[in-house]
Amino acid sequence: MVTSVTSLGRNGLYDWLIQRVTALILGVYFIFTMGWLMTHSGVDYLTWKAFMGSLCMQIANTLVFFSVSAHAWVGLWTVTTDYITTLQFGSKATFARLTAQLVIALLTLVYLLWGLVMIWGGA
Amino acid sequence: MAIVNDKRPVNLDLTTIKFPVPAIASIIHRITGVGLFVALPILLWMLDRSLASPETFADLKDLLATPLARFVVWGIVAMLIYHLVAGIKHLLMDIGIGETLEGGRRGAFLVLAVSAVLILLAGGWIW
Repeated sequence: MVTSVTSLGRNGLYDWLIQRVTALILGVYFIFTMGWLMTHSGVDYLTWKAFMGSLCMQIANTLVFFSVSAHAWVGLWTVTTDYITTLQFGSKATFARLTAQLVIALLTLVYLLWGLVMIWGGA
Repeated sequence: MAIVNDKRPVNLDLTTIKFPVPAIASIIHRITGVGLFVALPILLWMLDRSLASPETFADLKDLLATPLARFVVWGIVAMLIYHLVAGIKHLLMDIGIGETLEGGRRGAFLVLAVSAVLILLAGGWIW
């Protein structure tokens, strides 16, 4: 079994499953939210705020922020390990790939915290 | 990585490789995935402005009425639609539907066609 210290689940099978479970959550959320927006065009602030502030949507948004983070990490890890290799970058490949992955990981963490504070911080 | 045989011919020059439909569908899935990650701060910022106060909500609404903002939103929604449709095909193939060579071609073509229609409809909805 091939393992990697930078992949989210540390092994491919676990990453494979994470990618699919989070995909289902994101797919259902996207279709539901789009449906809500389409049936509430011209929504005013109070209705929107009440909708997003309901416990159901707070939990759904939290699940979605965690799912986006995990999904993006698995996906971008795959992309970086596929395209930032010695074929394209020669001996600097490991350095370039780890740098890219570090930037992506930090951005993902910042977005996750931003989203959570927004939903739960009562901003 | 073990070096099996250095003399094997390797061609990974993307400019000389012919891309069949499933390869095109797959690479767009990847490109839209990366694009959505880049667009993430825009979506978070819009959600933040829409919830912060009635004033920021009104400001965002005014901004979203401009053609440029609508185009950006349409672009993000288009990437979401494509990524979702291609993702559904992925899950269907995972459970064994359309796994043959012909099924793969047909599925990839369907993904391109269905998402193109949905993206046009979304454009009509945004405008």
